[in-house]
Amino acid sequence: MGKYYKALTEPLFEKNPIAVQILGICSALAVTTRMNTALVMSLAVIAVVSLSSLSVSMIRKGMPGSIRIIVEMTIIASLVIIVDQFLKAYAYETSKQLSIFVGLIITNCIVMGRAEVFALKNPPGISFVDGVGNGIGYSILLIAVAFFRELLGSGKLMGITILKLQTEGGWYLPNGLFLLAPSGFILVGLFIWALRTWKPQLREEE
Amino acid sequence: MIEHYLGLFIKAVFIENLALAFFLGMCTFLAVSKNAESAVGLGIAVVAVMTITIPVNNVIYTHILKKGALAWAGLPDADLTFIGLITYIAVIAAMVQILEMFLDKYLPVLHSTLGIFLPLITVNCAILGGSLFMVERNYTFPESVVYGFGAGTGWALAIIALAGIREKMKYSDVPKGLRGMGITFIVAGLMAIAFMLFSGIQL
Repeated sequence: MGKYYKALTEPLFEKNPIAVQILGICSALAVTTRMNTALVMSLAVIAVVSLSSLSVSMIRKGMPGSIRIIVEMTIIASLVIIVDQFLKAYAYETSKQLSIFVGLIITNCIVMGRAEVFALKNPPGISFVDGVGNGIGYSILLIAVAFFRELLGSGKLMGITILKLQTEGGWYLPNGLFLLAPSGFILVGLFIWALRTWKPQLREEE
Repeated sequence: MIEHYLGLFIKAVFIENLALAFFLGMCTFLAVSKNAESAVGLGIAVVAVMTITIPVNNVIYTHILKKGALAWAGLPDADLTFIGLITYIAVIAAMVQILEMFLDKYLPVLHSTLGIFLPLITVNCAILGGSLFMVERNYTFPESVVYGFGAGTGWALAIIALAGIREKMKYSDVPKGLRGMGITFIVAGLMAIAFMLFSGIQL
């Protein structure tokens, strides 16, 4: 079981897909202006990455290397269409807010990266666990970034007012920069700094 | 007429820069910008892939997927837009695979430099995003050629600029934990703020 536990927990911090492997950045910047879009996006990514790793790993032995990219993309795109239709059926409002970014899960490099690096070389069970771990690692960073952007940018969390805005008679003057994407870059940069101060073995020497 | 296409090109390169105004294609943007040489290589690859895939997807969209496009086949009510995503990505994946085989055979040096990132061009959201924008804005075929070339050039310009900054940064004394990716994110954030100056310009 030690192997499975490692596959699940390593991607949470030591090999965090966003902060350490630098995969899946676009959506981390685009959907993090609000907590609830970040949560829905996280669940969608966990579902897609775990199931795609499972499927790719199951057919890895019969798949010729030269056409593997197309095969992987077809699997991922089918899964994303299922997730997209599911969200439209059961969480229509949120799916409208996420708009094209559900479709862009196809091009989220975490999904493709795990399929290429891990699922092609390992049996289905552990690939599935690795997918779940990476999905959760992605979610941790996404939710942390969304927490700061929503709180400082609009004074709310999950749509509930925490810091009352000046325009509504409160004291807090919102920092509009946090709703624009450059702040996403800078926040992710600062998170990487914090993670590497906590775990110095991750530092890069340039 | 020329002015219209020139305006579209400038808009795609600067005002609506895919990397710095829409934040697409970030994974490769940050990972391959360590030195200017491989950034130029990847930039050229992205321009080539986008200039080909966006017009091809445009043809497929207007003649097969769009509502009523299949009227010539006797199906005036068919609306296939829901399979758009999988079609565009299939076209992109096929193009990247062809490019990979081509580079492997004729330019092995470039092939070994780009390494793992060539398959990752498939999952470069800039390329899928370009096709989705083309559909959303209803470009005609010539417009889609100009847009594909312009959007690719804008992305290439951004990655080459970032690679240039990162090369100079070797001589800077960055705090230990921030070295490498951390500072790159912050530099990209500052570049994005600079590119926000272009937003709102009307052509």
